[in-house]
Amino acid sequence: MTEQLPIARALNLAMRDAMTADDKVVLMGEDIGDLGGVFRVTDGLKADFGDRRVLDTPLAESGIIGTAIGLAMRGYRPVCEIQFDGFVYPGFDQIVSQLAKLTNRHRGTQPFPVVIRIPHGGHIGAIEHHQESPEGYFAHTAGLRVVAPSTANDAYWMMRQAIESDDPIIFMEPKAKYWTKGAVDTTAPAHPLHASVVAKPGEQVTLVGHSAMVHVLLQAAAIAEGEGISCEVIDLRSVAPVDYQPVVDSLRKTGRCVVAQEAPGHASIGSEVAATLMERCFYSLEAPVLRVSAFDAPFPPSQLESIYLPDADRVLDAVDRVLAY
Amino acid sequence: MTRTQLLAADGTEVRSDENERHWAVADALDDETRLGMLREMVVTRALDTEAGNLQRQGKLGLWAPSLGQEGGQAGVGFAMRPQDTLFPSYREHLMARMRGVRFEQIIDIFRGSTHGGWNPAETQNCRLYSLVIGTHALHGTGYAMGIRFDEESGSGDVDRDEAVVICYGDGASSQGDASEGLVFANTYETPTLFMVQNNKWAISVPSSTQSRTSLATRASGFGLDAAEVDGNDVLASYAVARQMLDEARTKNRPQYLELDTYRMGAHTTSDDPTRYRTRDEEEAWRQRDPIERMRAHLRSRGATDAQIASVDEEARDAAAAVRGYTMTAGSPSSDEIFDFVFSEGNESLEEQKLALARFEASFGGDA
Ligand SMILES: Cc1ncc(C[n+]2csc(CCOP(=O)(O)OP(=O)(O)O)c2C)c(N)n1
Ligand SMILES: [Mg+2]
Repeated sequence: MTEQLPIARALNLAMRDAMTADDKVVLMGEDIGDLGGVFRVTDGLKADFGDRRVLDTPLAESGIIGTAIGLAMRGYRPVCEIQFDGFVYPGFDQIVSQLAKLTNRHRGTQPFPVVIRIPHGGHIGAIEHHQESPEGYFAHTAGLRVVAPSTANDAYWMMRQAIESDDPIIFMEPKAKYWTKGAVDTTAPAHPLHASVVAKPGEQVTLVGHSAMVHVLLQAAAIAEGEGISCEVIDLRSVAPVDYQPVVDSLRKTGRCVVAQEAPGHASIGSEVAATLMERCFYSLEAPVLRVSAFDAPFPPSQLESIYLPDADRVLDAVDRVLAY
Repeated sequence: MTRTQLLAADGTEVRSDENERHWAVADALDDETRLGMLREMVVTRALDTEAGNLQRQGKLGLWAPSLGQEGGQAGVGFAMRPQDTLFPSYREHLMARMRGVRFEQIIDIFRGSTHGGWNPAETQNCRLYSLVIGTHALHGTGYAMGIRFDEESGSGDVDRDEAVVICYGDGASSQGDASEGLVFANTYETPTLFMVQNNKWAISVPSSTQSRTSLATRASGFGLDAAEVDGNDVLASYAVARQMLDEARTKNRPQYLELDTYRMGAHTTSDDPTRYRTRDEEEAWRQRDPIERMRAHLRSRGATDAQIASVDEEARDAAAAVRGYTMTAGSPSSDEIFDFVFSEGNESLEEQKLALARFEASFGGDA
């Protein structure tokens, strides 16, 4: 069955379907019950599943993730909502020192199927701590899988797959795109959870990104097209692990690549992708792989966010530069 | 808050109106169980001492002794029921052994061959040791929330209802996770006993730096039933913990028990207590040794020298066996680095594993 849904509703439907299929799936978070979450992603779920399946927890991120770990030890499959990207840090230790390492510490004898949902990224004009992109910290941590859908169909299926996975998953949600609609086909998943895909085919330059940035890349590609430049856009979908094959295939064709992200560039996902492409595609490269990132400065007050965050113009500037080699 | 004591430091019984209900629980113990308590304490102390020696001989990287804390651990260990779950920190060697963890499995952690050591499904739900102070307070609380959601507590049947024991120390009590554990336990009314061994030191920092009030007092502010017990008195620890655990399991009321005890040894083999505490202080606590106290108690009830000596002999044999194991134990294969990072294979890790094998083979050895 296919229907047009905004990303937030697709996520909601995915959790609803997962909770219906498996009564060990429980939701945890701040204000996710009667309010439906500050972004309404869990809207209606408490009413339908009750307060034992949808837990409005005390206001404590470490507590949420730490008790989710204990529930996983007991056989539950918790899905935790972190209210905003900048509020995940009180739970950071439980994520990187506990959740990420527990499968290894148990030598695989005990699964840790915990999903941590984090609405991330800018473009919503919010106050400090509400627009960050912390996925790089988690991608750097061995033992975590980190995914970031950009479309409604991926939002639905990647959430279903994340909840089914026996490993901890950091699930980055493109909050600026929550109300962007797309076709959702609930009959079968289009891709495995960690596959990267070609979002738009092209010939001359490969543009790589994840989450809301994919929308910026598509916009840049459309503008470039008008100027006679053909760009291929790759949606990474997963930043740990990264499925490099579609990117490598694309680069072998185009020889030029721009990697874009909302996070600051130093020691970032963009750095890792660029370095790996250099190792794997050296003889195909016609230009260095360029990165387009936020600046290595804290996220600025919202009146400056459109300057701080890479937009289509910054991407196109990099496209011009790779084409100039 | 009063601190419950049933046996004075010299092993004589302390009976009063206040501790009468605790005596009622302790008096029900038969002599064999009391001798069993002594056995757990004496054997663990011998193993613990042996582990310290093995560290000095370079066979372990580190050792964290439980010397002096055996009384409270045996008391709570005996108070637990088979269906219970234990979340230890890293010093509960006696309690871990009582749940079925082999001491060799603990040794494996400290000789650097594993981060885990055992499978909780095979150790009567003794979970793994936890080294980041306070973190497991939340894991245990979440696990207990699961017990409630499963409706495996609160029926009133002590032989069926499950409970969770979470162990941590006076230092850990200052961690945010420890407080958050109390918050969640209180909110979700979990069948939990927080077993807090106030051994007076967090490495070199005295417990007065962690709190100017008793920790139990602090816990009652979080809404938990809280009590203090002489943690070097195995009978009192047993009696109080037994009632609190059964209260937790049958009524879904989280409990907090502060055990007044002392870390008689160093924090770990890397520590030097002479830099921060006096010999006099150590000597004063040696007079309150939990093992001597229990021996005196057993003798007063007619235990023979032969019975007590047989426990010592058993301890010597156990220590010798652990020594034998440790002297010959091997190293894990390098596959251990890669094989359990995720629940299933991971392409990039498989590549790295292969690359390592090729690299090692390039030296002409058998990789
Ligand atoms: C989060 C964290 N900080 C610091 C340490 C280093 N450390 C290990 S044990 C310890 C003292 C713990 O004291 P306490 O909780 O009283 O337990 P005890 O060692 O006395 O049993 C410290 C500071 C740690 N393991 N974890
Ligand atoms: Mg201590």
